[in-house]
Amino acid sequence: MPRVTYISQDEKATTLDIDIGTSVMQAAVLHGVDGIVAECGGSCMCATCHVYVREDMLALCPPMEADEDAMLEGTASPRLPNSRLSCQLVATAQMDGLVVRLPETQT
Amino acid sequence: MAQEPIVILGAGHAGFQLAASLRQHGFEGAVTLVGDEAGLPYQRPPLSKDYLDGKIGLDLLLMRPDAFYHDHRIDYLAATRAEEIDRARKTVRLASGERLHYRHLVLATGARNRVPPLPGIELDGVCYLRTLAETDLLRDRLHAADNIVVIGAGFIGLEFAAVARAHGKNVHIVELTDRAMGRVVSVTTSRFFAEAHARTGVEFGFGAQAARIGGRVTSPMGGRVDHVELANGDKLPADLVLVSIGVVPNGELAAAAGLEVANGIVVDGELATGDINISAIGDCAVFPCDHAAGHMTRLEAVQNAADHARCIADRLVGKAHPYSALPWFWSEQGKLRLQIAGLTQGHDRTALRGATESGEFSVFCYRGETLLGVESINRPADHAHVRRLLAAGRQVSPDEAADLSFDLRAAATARPA
Repeated sequence: MPRVTYISQDEKATTLDIDIGTSVMQAAVLHGVDGIVAECGGSCMCATCHVYVREDMLALCPPMEADEDAMLEGTASPRLPNSRLSCQLVATAQMDGLVVRLPETQT
Repeated sequence: MAQEPIVILGAGHAGFQLAASLRQHGFEGAVTLVGDEAGLPYQRPPLSKDYLDGKIGLDLLLMRPDAFYHDHRIDYLAATRAEEIDRARKTVRLASGERLHYRHLVLATGARNRVPPLPGIELDGVCYLRTLAETDLLRDRLHAADNIVVIGAGFIGLEFAAVARAHGKNVHIVELTDRAMGRVVSVTTSRFFAEAHARTGVEFGFGAQAARIGGRVTSPMGGRVDHVELANGDKLPADLVLVSIGVVPNGELAAAAGLEVANGIVVDGELATGDINISAIGDCAVFPCDHAAGHMTRLEAVQNAADHARCIADRLVGKAHPYSALPWFWSEQGKLRLQIAGLTQGHDRTALRGATESGEFSVFCYRGETLLGVESINRPADHAHVRRLLAAGRQVSPDEAADLSFDLRAAATARPA
């Protein structure tokens, strides 16, 4: 099971074992990690599950589709080169060790 | 003495979000969340899509796991119905007879299915799609069905039709008006969606009225649906009927307590009712909307529910502000993704960005020169930019909107209001 670490605004780290096929967003919601809103439930419609992936780990993530790229234009916190929507980060074996930082605000 | 709790009636998107936001904002007092359905609060949008289709289970449908309520000291009462509000005593009487005292009461009572007064409406096989229980029943029936009639071509009816067609079922949609999603989208978008569904084999009857649901007797207790008879005498075979003709806001508790109810519970610009100790949010609330020229507006949308909840949470922790969030909506129908930013009702002209034939376009809806809102079909970047643009009170002209070389992103972020 890949392990993913979420770092909140107040530097609190939460590490979760994620089932392969589950998204980084879904795992956060399932385990009550605050800081991910996911208003649309994971349909890539709302841009409220925004995370910053640690720069040296971007290659661990699945490539970005056009829809995600588009919706990242509407995030409440600034879009950075390492911005992703966590509903699109579906866990794979090679994602083990991923670290994501939660933005200041999702709405 | 401990203060009375904030009591939230209704555990849908609005009620849940309010409880969660109060804790997020550091509210320390007691919070009681009352829901009339069994089980934990869940998300409704996936019901008509991934959940109905079996792509996600109950665990991923839940707003949060059980431990969340304990960890955040949210006292959640499931399967609990409120019967009466006593404003003088600041109590709510539950069906059990128990009384909950409140320091502030928030009505997040949502809406219920509109049920047409048709003969045969009580037959087995007549289904709805709003609650989890209704969806579980519908999902079982869907697998066994061959011929499906959908009454009402709104978001829910069309989303369900797309899933049912993908399962190879015969689907016939009966719509009283002359077009699909007529209450919420432009003629261009309406026509595009109807044609797209028709290409997958969905049959439409526009301007068609269901007159009777016919059944055959299966037991002394009643019968099963067998067909839908239209006002013109046509009979459509059906072993499953989905009724999706909209909802009615749940305003009865408020009205019985003497609060103003007019197509929803009437609230002011800060979402307060006429009683300073009672607010209303989400589908049940009708409020003066900044993005509808201040007109009293009631919206049925996750965004509206969640943003209303956050506005009230701010007020209850002493940071009151007028509600001003931009409304937005979405629908997924098969491969088609519809995203709407702003309120387009009452538009008198449109500008098309992209070509409908390409299946990727946006319809910019104007009243006079004022951009009211934009419908984006498989063009999520337009939607993201327009949300930012409208929220900031910016505008683009119809000519700019229709010009694909016009930089919408720059207009959304850089141009002064």
